[in-house]
Amino acid sequence: MDDVAALLVELGLLFVGLSLLGLLARRLGLSPVPFVLVAALALGEGGIVPLTTAEPFLEAAAEIGVVLLLLTLGLEFSPPELFASLRRHGPSGLVDLLLNAPPGFVAGLLLGLPWQGALALAGVTYITSSGIVARLLGDLGRLANRETPAVLAVLVLEDLAMALFLPLLVVALAGGSALSAVAGTALAVGTVLLVLLAAQRHGHRLGRLLAHRDDEQVLLRLFGLTLVVAGLAQALGASAAVGAFLVGLALPASFADRARAILGPLRDLFAATFFVAFGLSIDPGEVLPVLPGVLLLAVVTGATKVATGWFAARRDGVALPGRLRAGTALIARGEFSVVIAGIAVAAGLPEVGPVAAGYVLVLAVAGPIVTRLLEPRPVRLGPGFPAAT
Amino acid sequence: MRGVDLVETMLPGVGVRYELRTRSGEVLGIVVQREGGAEVAVYDRRDPDRARGVLRLDPDEVDAVAEVLGAPRLTQRFADLSREVPGLESGRFPVRPGSRFVDRPLGDTRARTLTGCSIVAIVRDTDVVPSPRPRDLLRAGDVLVAIGSRRGLEELDRHLSAPA
Repeated sequence: MDDVAALLVELGLLFVGLSLLGLLARRLGLSPVPFVLVAALALGEGGIVPLTTAEPFLEAAAEIGVVLLLLTLGLEFSPPELFASLRRHGPSGLVDLLLNAPPGFVAGLLLGLPWQGALALAGVTYITSSGIVARLLGDLGRLANRETPAVLAVLVLEDLAMALFLPLLVVALAGGSALSAVAGTALAVGTVLLVLLAAQRHGHRLGRLLAHRDDEQVLLRLFGLTLVVAGLAQALGASAAVGAFLVGLALPASFADRARAILGPLRDLFAATFFVAFGLSIDPGEVLPVLPGVLLLAVVTGATKVATGWFAARRDGVALPGRLRAGTALIARGEFSVVIAGIAVAAGLPEVGPVAAGYVLVLAVAGPIVTRLLEPRPVRLGPGFPAAT
Repeated sequence: MRGVDLVETMLPGVGVRYELRTRSGEVLGIVVQREGGAEVAVYDRRDPDRARGVLRLDPDEVDAVAEVLGAPRLTQRFADLSREVPGLESGRFPVRPGSRFVDRPLGDTRARTLTGCSIVAIVRDTDVVPSPRPRDLLRAGDVLVAIGSRRGLEELDRHLSAPA
Protein backbone atom coordinates (compact mmCIF):
# COMPACT_ATOMS: atom_id res chain seq x y z
CA MET A 1 0.00 0.00 0.00
CA ASP A 2 1.25 3.50 -0.68
CA ASP A 3 1.36 6.08 2.08
CA VAL A 4 -1.95 7.74 1.34
CA ALA A 5 -3.77 4.45 1.21
CA ALA A 6 -2.15 3.31 4.46
CA LEU A 7 -2.99 6.63 6.16
CA LEU A 8 -6.64 6.48 5.13
CA VAL A 9 -7.06 2.84 6.13
CA GLU A 10 -5.34 3.36 9.49
CA LEU A 11 -7.44 6.43 10.29
CA GLY A 12 -10.62 4.76 9.12
CA LEU A 13 -10.04 1.70 11.26
CA LEU A 14 -9.10 3.96 14.18
CA PHE A 15 -12.36 5.91 14.01
CA VAL A 16 -14.43 2.75 13.58
CA GLY A 17 -12.64 1.38 16.65
CA LEU A 18 -13.37 4.59 18.58
CA SER A 19 -17.03 4.27 17.68
CA LEU A 20 -17.15 0.71 19.05
CA LEU A 21 -15.33 1.80 22.23
CA GLY A 22 -17.79 4.66 22.63
CA LEU A 23 -20.71 2.23 22.35
CA LEU A 24 -19.15 -0.09 24.90
CA ALA A 25 -18.47 2.80 27.29
CA ARG A 26 -22.03 4.09 27.03
CA ARG A 27 -23.41 0.59 27.54
CA LEU A 28 -21.44 0.39 30.78
CA GLY A 29 -22.47 3.92 31.73
CA LEU A 30 -18.88 5.14 31.64
CA SER A 31 -16.92 7.84 29.84
CA PRO A 32 -15.23 6.75 26.60
CA VAL A 33 -12.01 8.58 27.57
CA PRO A 34 -10.42 5.72 29.61
CA PHE A 35 -11.34 3.18 26.92
CA VAL A 36 -9.73 5.33 24.24
CA LEU A 37 -6.61 5.68 26.39
CA VAL A 38 -6.32 1.92 26.89
CA ALA A 39 -6.79 1.28 23.19
CA ALA A 40 -4.20 3.92 22.29
CA LEU A 41 -1.74 2.44 24.78
CA ALA A 42 -2.18 -0.91 23.08
CA LEU A 43 -1.44 0.68 19.71
CA GLY A 44 1.65 2.67 18.90
CA GLU A 45 4.97 2.64 20.68
CA GLY A 46 5.67 -0.54 22.60
CA GLY A 47 2.11 -1.68 21.99
CA ILE A 48 0.65 -4.61 20.12
CA VAL A 49 -0.14 -2.98 16.77
CA PRO A 50 2.06 -0.16 15.57
CA LEU A 51 0.17 2.75 14.05
CA THR A 52 2.99 4.25 12.03
CA THR A 53 1.64 6.11 9.02
CA ALA A 54 -1.12 7.97 10.82
CA GLU A 55 0.99 9.16 13.71
CA PRO A 56 2.24 12.50 12.26
CA PHE A 57 -1.34 13.37 11.29
CA LEU A 58 -2.64 12.38 14.72
CA GLU A 59 -0.08 14.59 16.41
CA ALA A 60 -1.20 17.64 14.41
CA ALA A 61 -4.85 16.77 14.91
CA ALA A 62 -4.23 16.39 18.65
CA GLU A 63 -3.09 20.03 18.84
CA ILE A 64 -6.35 21.08 17.24
CA GLY A 65 -8.18 18.78 19.66
CA VAL A 66 -6.74 20.63 22.66
CA VAL A 67 -7.58 23.98 21.08
CA LEU A 68 -11.20 22.91 20.50
CA LEU A 69 -11.55 21.41 24.00
CA LEU A 70 -10.43 24.69 25.56
CA LEU A 71 -12.49 26.80 23.14
CA THR A 72 -15.65 24.95 24.13
CA LEU A 73 -14.65 25.22 27.79
CA GLY A 74 -14.44 29.00 27.31
CA LEU A 75 -17.80 28.99 25.52
CA GLU A 76 -19.39 27.25 28.52
CA PHE A 77 -18.41 30.18 30.67
CA SER A 78 -20.74 32.99 31.42
CA PRO A 79 -19.60 35.87 33.62
CA PRO A 80 -22.91 35.97 35.59
CA GLU A 81 -22.62 32.25 36.42
CA LEU A 82 -18.98 32.68 37.33
CA PHE A 83 -19.56 35.61 39.66
CA ALA A 84 -22.60 33.98 41.24
CA SER A 85 -20.59 30.82 41.86
CA LEU A 86 -17.71 32.82 43.34
CA ARG A 87 -20.02 34.70 45.69
CA ARG A 88 -21.97 31.71 46.89
CA HIS A 89 -19.44 28.89 46.67
CA GLY A 90 -16.06 30.65 46.84
CA PRO A 91 -15.05 28.82 50.06
CA SER A 92 -15.92 25.46 48.46
CA GLY A 93 -13.67 26.31 45.53
CA LEU A 94 -10.85 27.13 47.91
CA VAL A 95 -11.32 23.88 49.85
CA ASP A 96 -11.34 22.02 46.52
CA LEU A 97 -7.99 23.55 45.57
CA LEU A 98 -6.37 23.05 48.97
CA LEU A 99 -7.50 19.42 49.28
CA ASN A 100 -6.90 18.16 45.77
CA ALA A 101 -3.85 19.91 44.30
CA PRO A 102 -1.30 19.25 47.10
CA PRO A 103 -1.61 15.42 46.99
CA GLY A 104 -0.66 15.51 43.31
CA PHE A 105 2.28 17.80 43.97
CA VAL A 106 3.59 15.64 46.83
CA ALA A 107 3.10 12.46 44.81
CA GLY A 108 5.02 14.02 41.93
CA LEU A 109 7.97 14.81 44.16
CA LEU A 110 7.85 11.32 45.73
CA LEU A 111 7.86 9.78 42.25
CA GLY A 112 11.06 11.70 41.54
CA LEU A 113 9.61 14.25 39.11
CA PRO A 114 11.16 17.72 38.95
CA TRP A 115 9.02 20.38 40.64
CA GLN A 116 7.55 21.46 37.32
CA GLY A 117 6.35 17.91 36.76
CA ALA A 118 4.94 17.81 40.29
CA LEU A 119 3.10 21.05 39.52
CA ALA A 120 1.57 19.47 36.42
CA LEU A 121 0.51 16.46 38.50
CA ALA A 122 -1.09 18.82 41.02
CA GLY A 123 -3.23 20.12 38.17
CA VAL A 124 -4.03 16.56 37.06
CA THR A 125 -5.32 15.55 40.50
CA TYR A 126 -7.10 18.88 41.07
CA ILE A 127 -9.34 19.10 38.06
CA THR A 128 -12.53 17.02 38.01
CA SER A 129 -13.80 16.08 34.59
CA SER A 130 -16.70 18.44 33.97
CA GLY A 131 -17.58 16.42 30.86
CA ILE A 132 -17.96 13.15 32.79
CA VAL A 133 -19.78 14.79 35.71
CA ALA A 134 -22.25 16.72 33.53
CA ARG A 135 -23.13 13.53 31.67
CA LEU A 136 -23.34 11.51 34.88
CA LEU A 137 -25.70 13.95 36.60
CA GLY A 138 -27.96 13.92 33.56
CA ASP A 139 -27.90 10.11 33.23
CA LEU A 140 -28.64 9.57 36.91
CA GLY A 141 -31.48 12.11 36.90
CA ARG A 142 -29.72 14.24 39.48
CA LEU A 143 -30.00 17.63 37.77
CA ALA A 144 -32.93 18.63 39.97
CA ASN A 145 -31.26 17.39 43.17
CA ARG A 146 -30.50 19.95 45.83
CA GLU A 147 -26.79 19.13 46.02
CA THR A 148 -26.34 19.67 42.27
CA PRO A 149 -25.90 23.49 42.26
CA ALA A 150 -22.97 23.08 44.68
CA VAL A 151 -21.39 20.39 42.47
CA LEU A 152 -21.76 22.53 39.34
CA ALA A 153 -20.42 25.62 41.11
CA VAL A 154 -17.28 23.70 42.11
CA LEU A 155 -16.82 22.71 38.46
CA VAL A 156 -17.20 26.31 37.28
CA LEU A 157 -14.63 27.51 39.79
CA GLU A 158 -12.26 24.74 38.67
CA ASP A 159 -12.61 25.93 35.09
CA LEU A 160 -11.63 29.41 36.21
CA ALA A 161 -8.68 28.02 38.16
CA MET A 162 -7.68 26.08 35.04
CA ALA A 163 -7.55 29.33 33.04
CA LEU A 164 -5.13 30.75 35.59
CA PHE A 165 -3.19 27.54 36.13
CA LEU A 166 -2.36 26.76 32.49
CA PRO A 167 -0.26 29.90 31.86
CA LEU A 168 1.51 29.36 35.20
CA LEU A 169 2.31 25.78 34.19
CA VAL A 170 3.51 26.80 30.73
CA VAL A 171 5.85 29.42 32.18
CA ALA A 172 7.15 26.96 34.78
CA LEU A 173 7.72 24.26 32.15
CA ALA A 174 9.56 26.70 29.93
CA GLY A 175 12.23 26.75 32.65
CA GLY A 176 11.40 30.19 33.95
CA SER A 177 12.40 31.26 37.43
CA ALA A 178 9.83 31.50 40.23
CA LEU A 179 9.69 35.26 39.56
CA SER A 180 8.89 34.90 35.87
CA ALA A 181 6.27 32.28 36.78
CA VAL A 182 4.61 34.80 39.10
CA ALA A 183 4.85 37.51 36.43
CA GLY A 184 3.42 35.15 33.83
CA THR A 185 0.53 34.27 36.09
CA ALA A 186 -0.15 37.92 36.92
CA LEU A 187 -0.25 38.60 33.20
CA ALA A 188 -2.63 35.68 32.73
CA VAL A 189 -4.95 36.85 35.52
CA GLY A 190 -4.94 40.34 34.02
CA THR A 191 -5.68 39.03 30.55
CA VAL A 192 -8.53 36.80 31.72
CA LEU A 193 -10.11 39.67 33.67
CA LEU A 194 -9.62 42.04 30.74
CA VAL A 195 -11.21 39.61 28.31
CA LEU A 196 -14.14 39.01 30.69
CA LEU A 197 -14.70 42.75 31.02
CA ALA A 198 -14.29 43.37 27.30
CA ALA A 199 -16.72 40.54 26.62
CA GLN A 200 -19.30 42.21 28.88
CA ARG A 201 -19.01 45.48 26.98
CA HIS A 202 -18.02 44.58 23.44
CA GLY A 203 -18.61 40.83 23.15
CA HIS A 204 -21.67 41.41 20.99
CA ARG A 205 -19.46 43.10 18.39
CA LEU A 206 -17.29 40.00 18.13
CA GLY A 207 -20.46 37.95 18.01
CA ARG A 208 -21.77 40.06 15.12
CA LEU A 209 -18.46 39.73 13.30
CA LEU A 210 -18.70 35.94 13.46
CA ALA A 211 -22.45 35.56 13.08
CA HIS A 212 -23.96 34.51 9.79
CA ARG A 213 -27.09 32.68 8.76
CA ASP A 214 -24.96 29.94 7.24
CA ASP A 215 -23.57 27.42 9.73
CA GLU A 216 -20.65 26.83 7.42
CA GLN A 217 -19.69 30.51 7.55
CA VAL A 218 -19.89 30.55 11.33
CA LEU A 219 -17.78 27.41 11.58
CA LEU A 220 -15.07 28.72 9.25
CA ARG A 221 -14.90 32.16 10.87
CA LEU A 222 -14.88 30.87 14.43
CA PHE A 223 -12.45 28.03 13.74
CA GLY A 224 -10.15 30.36 11.80
CA LEU A 225 -10.15 33.06 14.44
CA THR A 226 -9.53 30.53 17.20
CA LEU A 227 -6.61 28.87 15.44
CA VAL A 228 -5.01 32.25 14.70
CA VAL A 229 -5.34 33.42 18.32
CA ALA A 230 -4.14 30.04 19.62
CA GLY A 231 -1.15 30.12 17.29
CA LEU A 232 -0.24 33.67 18.33
CA ALA A 233 -0.58 32.73 22.02
CA GLN A 234 1.76 29.78 21.40
CA ALA A 235 4.24 32.04 19.60
CA LEU A 236 4.19 34.47 22.53
CA GLY A 237 5.18 31.67 24.88
CA ALA A 238 1.74 31.21 26.42
CA SER A 239 -0.05 28.04 25.43
CA ALA A 240 -2.27 27.61 22.37
CA ALA A 241 -4.83 26.16 24.79
CA VAL A 242 -4.94 29.43 26.74
CA GLY A 243 -5.46 31.46 23.57
CA ALA A 244 -8.37 29.24 22.54
CA PHE A 245 -9.89 29.50 26.00
CA LEU A 246 -9.78 33.30 25.81
CA VAL A 247 -11.59 33.28 22.46
CA GLY A 248 -14.35 31.17 23.98
CA LEU A 249 -14.52 33.51 26.95
CA ALA A 250 -14.81 36.62 24.80
CA LEU A 251 -17.81 35.41 22.81
CA PRO A 252 -21.21 36.61 24.02
CA ALA A 253 -23.63 34.10 25.52
CA SER A 254 -26.16 34.64 22.72
CA PHE A 255 -23.61 33.46 20.18
CA ALA A 256 -22.01 30.79 22.39
CA ASP A 257 -25.06 28.49 22.29
CA ARG A 258 -25.03 28.37 18.51
CA ALA A 259 -21.22 28.08 18.40
CA ARG A 260 -21.33 25.11 20.76
CA ALA A 261 -23.89 23.33 18.64
CA ILE A 262 -21.91 23.93 15.44
CA LEU A 263 -18.53 23.03 16.93
CA GLY A 264 -19.76 19.95 18.84
CA PRO A 265 -19.08 17.22 16.26
CA LEU A 266 -15.76 18.76 15.21
CA ARG A 267 -14.68 19.04 18.84
CA ASP A 268 -15.60 15.41 19.53
CA LEU A 269 -13.63 14.19 16.53
CA PHE A 270 -10.46 16.12 17.26
CA ALA A 271 -10.65 15.60 21.02
CA ALA A 272 -10.80 11.85 20.38
CA THR A 273 -7.66 12.06 18.25
CA PHE A 274 -6.03 14.03 21.05
CA PHE A 275 -6.72 11.25 23.56
CA VAL A 276 -5.44 8.72 21.04
CA ALA A 277 -2.27 10.71 20.38
CA PHE A 278 -1.66 11.06 24.12
CA GLY A 279 -2.06 7.31 24.62
CA LEU A 280 0.17 6.59 21.64
CA SER A 281 2.97 8.73 23.05
CA ILE A 282 3.10 6.56 26.17
CA ASP A 283 4.82 3.22 26.38
CA PRO A 284 2.46 0.87 28.25
CA GLY A 285 5.54 -0.74 29.81
CA GLU A 286 6.09 2.49 31.73
CA VAL A 287 2.58 2.57 33.21
CA LEU A 288 2.88 -0.75 35.08
CA PRO A 289 5.80 0.20 37.36
CA VAL A 290 4.05 3.40 38.56
CA LEU A 291 0.68 1.69 38.99
CA PRO A 292 0.89 1.03 42.77
CA GLY A 293 1.73 4.68 43.41
CA VAL A 294 -1.01 5.77 41.01
CA LEU A 295 -3.59 3.60 42.79
CA LEU A 296 -2.64 5.07 46.15
CA LEU A 297 -2.85 8.59 44.71
CA ALA A 298 -6.25 7.75 43.21
CA VAL A 299 -7.57 6.54 46.58
CA VAL A 300 -6.29 9.63 48.40
CA THR A 301 -7.53 12.16 45.86
CA GLY A 302 -10.80 10.25 45.50
CA ALA A 303 -11.32 10.73 49.22
CA THR A 304 -10.34 14.42 49.08
CA LYS A 305 -12.90 15.01 46.31
CA VAL A 306 -15.58 13.33 48.42
CA ALA A 307 -14.62 15.69 51.25
CA THR A 308 -14.83 18.65 48.85
CA GLY A 309 -18.31 17.74 47.64
CA TRP A 310 -19.39 16.99 51.22
CA PHE A 311 -18.23 20.46 52.31
CA ALA A 312 -19.82 22.25 49.34
CA ALA A 313 -23.18 20.48 49.72
CA ARG A 314 -23.26 21.01 53.48
CA ARG A 315 -22.89 24.75 52.89
CA ASP A 316 -26.12 24.54 50.88
CA GLY A 317 -27.90 22.84 53.76
CA VAL A 318 -28.01 19.42 52.10
CA ALA A 319 -28.42 16.32 54.30
CA LEU A 320 -26.00 13.39 54.58
CA PRO A 321 -27.05 11.28 51.55
CA GLY A 322 -26.91 14.33 49.31
CA ARG A 323 -23.47 15.31 50.59
CA LEU A 324 -22.21 11.84 49.80
CA ARG A 325 -23.73 12.02 46.30
CA ALA A 326 -22.08 15.41 45.71
CA GLY A 327 -18.71 14.15 46.93
CA THR A 328 -18.66 10.97 44.91
CA ALA A 329 -19.92 12.75 41.78
CA LEU A 330 -16.76 14.86 41.81
CA ILE A 331 -14.29 11.92 41.89
CA ALA A 332 -14.00 11.44 38.12
CA ARG A 333 -10.96 12.95 36.43
CA GLY A 334 -10.78 13.03 32.66
CA GLU A 335 -10.16 15.21 29.66
CA PHE A 336 -8.54 18.22 31.33
CA SER A 337 -6.19 16.07 33.41
CA VAL A 338 -5.04 14.61 30.10
CA VAL A 339 -4.69 18.11 28.60
CA ILE A 340 -2.45 19.19 31.49
CA ALA A 341 -0.35 16.03 31.26
CA GLY A 342 -0.13 16.45 27.50
CA ILE A 343 1.28 19.96 27.92
CA ALA A 344 3.88 18.67 30.39
CA VAL A 345 4.87 15.79 28.09
CA ALA A 346 5.17 18.15 25.11
CA ALA A 347 7.41 20.43 27.19
CA GLY A 348 9.90 17.61 27.72
CA LEU A 349 8.68 15.86 30.85
CA PRO A 350 7.68 12.44 29.46
CA GLU A 351 7.63 10.93 32.98
CA VAL A 352 4.35 12.76 33.70
CA GLY A 353 2.61 10.85 30.89
CA PRO A 354 2.43 7.32 32.33
CA VAL A 355 1.44 8.56 35.81
CA ALA A 356 -1.35 10.79 34.46
CA ALA A 357 -2.57 8.13 32.03
CA GLY A 358 -2.80 5.50 34.79
CA TYR A 359 -4.43 7.98 37.14
CA VAL A 360 -7.10 9.09 34.66
CA LEU A 361 -7.77 5.46 33.71
CA VAL A 362 -8.47 4.56 37.31
CA LEU A 363 -10.59 7.56 38.30
CA ALA A 364 -12.52 8.03 35.05
CA VAL A 365 -13.81 4.49 35.61
CA ALA A 366 -14.00 4.42 39.41
CA GLY A 367 -15.68 7.83 39.84
CA PRO A 368 -18.93 7.06 37.97
CA ILE A 369 -19.10 3.54 39.46
CA VAL A 370 -18.73 4.76 43.05
CA THR A 371 -21.37 7.45 42.72
CA ARG A 372 -23.77 5.04 40.96
CA LEU A 373 -23.54 2.66 43.91
CA LEU A 374 -25.23 5.32 46.02
CA GLU A 375 -28.36 5.32 43.89
CA PRO A 376 -31.13 3.29 45.55
CA ARG A 377 -32.04 1.47 42.35
CA PRO A 378 -30.53 1.28 38.89
CA VAL A 379 -31.57 4.12 36.64
CA ARG A 380 -32.04 3.44 32.99
CA LEU A 381 -29.91 5.61 30.75
CA GLY A 382 -31.96 8.13 28.85
CA PRO A 383 -30.86 8.75 25.29
CA GLY A 384 -30.36 12.10 23.75
CA PHE A 385 -29.06 13.98 26.74
CA PRO A 386 -26.56 16.56 25.66
CA ALA A 387 -23.27 16.76 27.51
CA ALA A 388 -19.79 18.01 26.83
CA THR A 389 -17.50 15.21 25.63
CA MET B 1 -53.16 36.14 42.97
CA ARG B 2 -51.73 34.82 46.22
CA GLY B 3 -47.95 34.58 46.55
CA VAL B 4 -46.45 31.48 44.94
CA ASP B 5 -43.51 29.82 46.68
CA LEU B 6 -41.18 29.58 43.67
CA VAL B 7 -37.41 29.44 44.19
CA GLU B 8 -35.01 29.92 41.29
CA THR B 9 -31.50 28.46 41.44
CA MET B 10 -28.80 28.83 38.81
CA LEU B 11 -27.24 25.59 37.54
CA PRO B 12 -23.98 26.71 35.92
CA GLY B 13 -23.48 25.12 32.53
CA VAL B 14 -26.88 23.40 32.65
CA GLY B 15 -29.60 25.99 33.02
CA VAL B 16 -31.96 27.04 35.79
CA ARG B 17 -33.78 25.02 38.42
CA TYR B 18 -37.17 26.15 39.68
CA GLU B 19 -38.57 24.73 42.84
CA LEU B 20 -42.24 25.13 43.56
CA ARG B 21 -43.76 24.20 46.88
CA THR B 22 -47.37 23.62 45.96
CA ARG B 23 -50.13 24.42 48.41
CA SER B 24 -51.05 20.75 48.47
CA GLY B 25 -47.68 20.08 50.08
CA GLU B 26 -45.76 18.53 47.18
CA VAL B 27 -42.46 19.99 46.02
CA LEU B 28 -42.08 20.25 42.27
CA GLY B 29 -38.66 20.69 40.68
CA ILE B 30 -38.25 21.93 37.12
CA VAL B 31 -34.84 22.13 35.47
CA VAL B 32 -34.91 24.25 32.33
CA GLN B 33 -31.86 23.36 30.32
CA ARG B 34 -29.89 25.82 28.25
CA GLU B 35 -30.37 23.72 25.11
CA GLY B 36 -34.14 24.04 25.55
CA GLY B 37 -34.97 20.68 27.13
CA ALA B 38 -36.36 20.33 30.63
CA GLU B 39 -36.65 17.90 33.51
CA VAL B 40 -39.65 17.83 35.78
CA ALA B 41 -39.27 16.04 39.10
CA VAL B 42 -40.84 15.51 42.48
CA TYR B 43 -38.69 15.04 45.55
CA ASP B 44 -38.18 11.93 47.62
CA ARG B 45 -40.06 12.08 50.92
CA ARG B 46 -37.33 10.26 52.84
CA ASP B 47 -34.46 12.20 51.22
CA PRO B 48 -35.84 15.64 50.33
CA ASP B 49 -32.63 16.55 48.49
CA ARG B 50 -33.15 13.82 45.93
CA ALA B 51 -35.25 14.21 42.81
CA ARG B 52 -37.20 11.11 41.90
CA GLY B 53 -39.74 10.39 39.24
CA VAL B 54 -37.79 12.53 36.80
CA LEU B 55 -39.64 13.34 33.61
CA ARG B 56 -37.45 14.32 30.69
CA LEU B 57 -38.72 16.63 27.97
CA ASP B 58 -37.07 17.50 24.66
CA PRO B 59 -37.21 21.14 23.50
CA ASP B 60 -40.23 20.58 21.25
CA GLU B 61 -42.00 18.74 24.04
CA VAL B 62 -41.26 21.63 26.38
CA ASP B 63 -42.83 23.96 23.83
CA ALA B 64 -45.89 21.74 23.68
CA VAL B 65 -46.27 21.69 27.48
CA ALA B 66 -45.68 25.43 27.69
CA GLU B 67 -48.30 25.92 25.03
CA VAL B 68 -50.79 23.84 27.01
CA LEU B 69 -50.14 25.56 30.32
CA GLY B 70 -49.04 29.06 29.42
CA ALA B 71 -50.06 30.33 26.04
CA PRO B 72 -53.86 30.11 26.38
CA ARG B 73 -53.69 32.38 29.42
CA LEU B 74 -51.63 34.94 27.54
CA THR B 75 -53.63 34.83 24.34
CA GLN B 76 -56.83 34.65 26.34
CA ARG B 77 -56.04 38.04 27.77
CA PHE B 78 -55.68 39.44 24.27
CA ALA B 79 -58.72 37.54 23.11
CA ASP B 80 -60.72 39.42 25.75
CA LEU B 81 -59.24 42.61 24.38
CA SER B 82 -60.09 41.70 20.78
CA ARG B 83 -63.70 41.01 21.80
CA GLU B 84 -63.95 44.52 23.12
CA VAL B 85 -62.58 46.06 19.94
CA PRO B 86 -64.15 44.52 16.82
CA GLY B 87 -61.63 43.72 14.08
CA LEU B 88 -58.71 43.54 16.49
CA GLU B 89 -56.86 40.24 16.63
CA SER B 90 -53.70 38.93 18.21
CA GLY B 91 -51.01 36.58 16.97
CA ARG B 92 -47.78 34.94 18.05
CA PHE B 93 -44.72 35.16 15.81
CA PRO B 94 -41.54 33.22 16.59
CA VAL B 95 -38.14 34.79 15.90
CA ARG B 96 -36.42 31.82 14.33
CA PRO B 97 -32.64 31.26 14.63
CA GLY B 98 -31.13 32.75 11.50
CA SER B 99 -33.84 35.35 11.15
CA ARG B 100 -32.48 38.70 10.09
CA PHE B 101 -33.87 40.28 13.27
CA VAL B 102 -31.91 38.10 15.71
CA ASP B 103 -29.71 40.27 17.97
CA ARG B 104 -31.27 43.42 16.54
CA PRO B 105 -33.48 45.86 18.37
CA LEU B 106 -37.25 45.46 18.11
CA GLY B 107 -37.44 48.88 16.45
CA ASP B 108 -35.54 47.51 13.46
CA THR B 109 -38.54 45.38 12.51
CA ARG B 110 -40.48 48.62 11.85
CA ALA B 111 -43.57 46.48 12.46
CA ARG B 112 -45.98 49.33 13.14
CA THR B 113 -44.74 51.50 10.26
CA LEU B 114 -45.00 48.68 7.74
CA THR B 115 -48.01 46.67 8.93
CA GLY B 116 -49.85 48.80 11.47
CA CYS B 117 -49.57 46.03 14.08
CA SER B 118 -48.29 46.62 17.61
CA ILE B 119 -45.93 44.20 19.26
CA VAL B 120 -47.24 44.14 22.81
CA ALA B 121 -45.01 41.49 24.38
CA ILE B 122 -41.89 39.44 23.84
CA VAL B 123 -42.06 35.91 25.25
CA ARG B 124 -38.54 34.73 26.04
CA ASP B 125 -38.20 31.24 27.49
CA THR B 126 -40.30 31.49 30.61
CA ASP B 127 -40.23 35.28 30.82
CA VAL B 128 -42.60 37.73 29.26
CA VAL B 129 -41.45 41.25 28.44
CA PRO B 130 -44.66 43.26 28.32
CA SER B 131 -44.77 46.53 26.38
CA PRO B 132 -41.27 46.12 24.92
CA ARG B 133 -39.34 49.21 23.86
CA PRO B 134 -38.02 49.74 20.31
CA ARG B 135 -34.45 49.35 21.58
CA ASP B 136 -35.09 45.94 23.23
CA LEU B 137 -32.93 43.33 21.53
CA LEU B 138 -34.57 40.32 19.92
CA ARG B 139 -33.06 36.89 20.40
CA ALA B 140 -33.43 33.67 18.50
CA GLY B 141 -36.32 31.72 20.02
CA ASP B 142 -38.24 34.78 21.17
CA VAL B 143 -41.95 34.83 20.41
CA LEU B 144 -43.48 38.19 19.56
CA VAL B 145 -47.07 38.77 20.58
CA ALA B 146 -48.72 41.33 18.33
CA ILE B 147 -52.18 42.80 17.97
CA GLY B 148 -53.65 44.40 14.90
CA SER B 149 -56.03 43.78 12.04
CA ARG B 150 -56.14 40.30 10.51
CA ARG B 151 -54.54 41.60 7.33
CA GLY B 152 -51.89 43.50 9.24
CA LEU B 153 -50.97 40.37 11.18
CA GLU B 154 -50.63 38.38 7.97
CA GLU B 155 -48.34 41.05 6.58
CA LEU B 156 -46.35 41.05 9.79
CA ASP B 157 -45.91 37.27 9.60
CA ARG B 158 -44.57 37.55 6.05
CA HIS B 159 -42.35 40.48 6.99
CA LEU B 160 -40.82 38.71 10.00
CA SER B 161 -40.15 35.43 8.23
CA ALA B 162 -38.90 36.97 4.96
CA PRO B 163 -35.25 36.19 4.24
CA ALA B 164 -32.78 39.07 4.43
